[in-house]
Amino acid sequence: MKNKLWALILYPLSFFMSADWLDINMPVGVTDISREVFGLHMTIFFVVVAIGVVVFGVLFWSMWKYRRSNNKKPATFTENHTVEILWTIVPTLILIAMAVPASITLKKIYDHEAEEGGIDIQVVGWQWKWQYKYLDEQVGNKPLSFFSNLTTPPDQYEFNRVEKNENYLLEVDEPVVIPVDTPVRFLITSNDVIHSWYMSDFAVKQDAIPGFINVAKTKVNVPGIYRGNCTELCGERHAYMPIVVKAVTQEEYQEWLQSKRDLAEQIAYLTEKEWTSDELLATGEEIYETRCAACHQTNGAGIAGFYPALAGSDVVMNDKAKQIEILMEGIRGSQMQSFAEQLNEVEMASVITFTRLAWGNEKSGDGEIVIPKDIVDYKETNL
Amino acid sequence: MSAVVENHDHHDDHHHGPKKGIMRWLKTTNHKDIGTLYLWFAFAAFLLGGAFAMGIRAELFEPGLQLMDPIRYNQLVTMHGLIMIFGGVMPAFVGLANWLIPLQIGAPDMAMPRMNNLSFWLLPVAFAILLSTAFMEGGLPGFGWTFYAPLSTNYPNVAYFVFAIHIMGASSIMGSINVIVTIMNMRAPGMTLMKMPLFVWSWLITAYLLIAVMPVLAGAVTMLLMDAYFGTSFFDAAGGGDPVLFQHVFWFFGHPEVYIMILPAFGITSHIISTFSRKPLFGHSSMVYAMVSIAVLSFVVWAHHMFTVGMPLVAELFFMWATMLIAIPTGVKVFNWCATIFKGSITYETPMLFAIAFVVLFTIGGFSGLMLAITPADFQYHDTYFVVAHFHYVLVPGSVFSIMAAVYYWLPKWTGNMYDEKMGKLHFWLSFIGVNITFFPQHFVGLAGMPRRYADYALQFAEWNAVSSVGAFLFGLSQLLFLYIVVKTVFAGKKATPQVWDGADGLEWTVDSPAPYHTFDVPPKVK
Repeated sequence: MKNKLWALILYPLSFFMSADWLDINMPVGVTDISREVFGLHMTIFFVVVAIGVVVFGVLFWSMWKYRRSNNKKPATFTENHTVEILWTIVPTLILIAMAVPASITLKKIYDHEAEEGGIDIQVVGWQWKWQYKYLDEQVGNKPLSFFSNLTTPPDQYEFNRVEKNENYLLEVDEPVVIPVDTPVRFLITSNDVIHSWYMSDFAVKQDAIPGFINVAKTKVNVPGIYRGNCTELCGERHAYMPIVVKAVTQEEYQEWLQSKRDLAEQIAYLTEKEWTSDELLATGEEIYETRCAACHQTNGAGIAGFYPALAGSDVVMNDKAKQIEILMEGIRGSQMQSFAEQLNEVEMASVITFTRLAWGNEKSGDGEIVIPKDIVDYKETNL
Repeated sequence: MSAVVENHDHHDDHHHGPKKGIMRWLKTTNHKDIGTLYLWFAFAAFLLGGAFAMGIRAELFEPGLQLMDPIRYNQLVTMHGLIMIFGGVMPAFVGLANWLIPLQIGAPDMAMPRMNNLSFWLLPVAFAILLSTAFMEGGLPGFGWTFYAPLSTNYPNVAYFVFAIHIMGASSIMGSINVIVTIMNMRAPGMTLMKMPLFVWSWLITAYLLIAVMPVLAGAVTMLLMDAYFGTSFFDAAGGGDPVLFQHVFWFFGHPEVYIMILPAFGITSHIISTFSRKPLFGHSSMVYAMVSIAVLSFVVWAHHMFTVGMPLVAELFFMWATMLIAIPTGVKVFNWCATIFKGSITYETPMLFAIAFVVLFTIGGFSGLMLAITPADFQYHDTYFVVAHFHYVLVPGSVFSIMAAVYYWLPKWTGNMYDEKMGKLHFWLSFIGVNITFFPQHFVGLAGMPRRYADYALQFAEWNAVSSVGAFLFGLSQLLFLYIVVKTVFAGKKATPQVWDGADGLEWTVDSPAPYHTFDVPPKVK
């Protein structure tokens, strides 16, 4: 009985004491700048709390002391120059005291110079994913580049059919990997609308704006996995383009770079292999789900007024060349992007093949499949 | 003065009352009728915008998409903002201006009564155009009330949004011209500018702000329209345009706009606090100077909404310092209200409760505003729920509470009946508790890093979002009580005296309650 009583009291308490309830402040972060920003934040916070205590203290005390039942006769005074000068000067001094350290920190944040041994990563916002280009690292004859897509399955958010995992909406297929204790410059821009690259642990938030390159320099001190978000409304799936940064040691970073180079070679080999439609279909469906279904929907019906249907589309059923062109180039002035850099030749061929065979398109259209070689040919003639 | 009025008794046939039926409201040129129309329009918009907010909070009650897809969610967020700003707060203040400015300065009506009628009736037209997109393919606008290019340029039905904004802007500009002309030309003899009641002062400044910035907004939406339909590239980088230009133009309108939504609240609060403290306002002229300083500063701080767009260091520093300066005149106002209460003889009727809640909660919103002004920290706060918490603190328990305070304060003057004090207090406490449960936790999730305008969010933010949603429904449902109280007062209640409140001071309290259809046909004399 006594135990049950305790449980009754402790259960709601445990609810209140769980870590998430206490997650109410800015993270201190893992860079020198982020720690400085945190310090600034706490300083200003305590200053305004102190002002609040004094002002509200006087207000509430007066409200109590001078209530009608306690003070029948109101005073009639107005204006008092000493007091008025005082309550103008004192706030001004407090503001100056706050502005000085803020300006100093801001100047440090605005040091955008490249440093010896540092690396430059171009960050490109796309609806609704991030692309990372390591400008100093070559793979083949191009800089190392990949896209970072959300991996939380729709079953978890759209339908709430399965339990959400720990990193719900904060997990991606390929995190951006950086070495610790190394100055990293993120050169941030966008391919379509404005996004914003926000990594709270680094105190970095920079808008990704088409036609502009914004610089955010950071130097992470602690290895680990850091998660962030897009913070500028960029359309439908604004909440579904998280950022994951993996900060590793210099050796691990070099190993990771090597693995990316190996992978590129492997893909080059795969494009030359003979493919059957079944093999293409299997990978194609998977890619469709993660890259295309957000707009064109799992059933290929699209969303009227926003995204055209692929099921029953003339291009998808009968015009193979046009479809390849659309996927490679995108459609200007619409939200259809170029996937030339997002998908390799095998993935591209698979997903096109999938759309040409799915949802009855195979029966109503020409039913032709696209093989990786077609994509290679397209690239050779057009790019 | 009463003798003067009697001399004009033979003119009584000219003192016609209102017409009967619907045509009274369609064709009215009476400032009181138009004020009433504005206020009911604002209240309807407040309920509709509130319903959208309930939709938002219901979706955010727990992580995952439960009630709507993200397109619909973005539409709710956008429409909530547009309706509350352009349909709720602004028309409510214009309604108060219509009712009160002529009464407070001793004028018989607004200077241009027919234009007054037009400014009101443009509003329903604009909102009909905006809301008609709900029935079209592509639906309502979903790019946020700030409609940043280039997201908005490629959005369906953007032309309807643009035309609606144009018409709202025309309505606001006409309303402002009317306010300025009325105040400048129709004050009772003896009422010098510095003797003007503070609500009138606050509206004079607000009207100038509106005339200055509404054309800028019109320019922004026009360029947007050209980009979307006529192939120009004002904001399209691929065509040599500049997406950041859009934000500069928009916020050059947008920042004065937020003061347009708070200055009249300052005026209202000053009247109410002085009345219920039974003590003159501590510093009438310093309140005027503070409002003028705030208005002037509002033109040079716009880019603090854009600290993360990558402006050069000097620009960031300038806008940080300029923004911090606003704390000084705002502080002067808050200290003034406190000094007015000090040594008063205070009672706590509903208007006073709302006014004091305004002072406290608006100040909390001011504190978070000061934090947001600190650029390096803003890199963390920007576009998170911390910002949402901040501007809702200054807008809901700020502007909206002041409007409610005003309604309770002047309702006996408008209807001739006293409202039900017990119900009014209940409404206050439910709203006060609801608003804090809704918006205070948003500071927490914002600091912890939850971005705004998210249909769905990470698990760590779940608990406080649930709390916030519960508070939102408490606050939202309490407003039905407000509707009930107001409607009941219109039809019945204890009869109000002309003075209504024993501490009230001003020309509006010298006329009968309810205020006759025509007042101050002969201007009163002001000492």
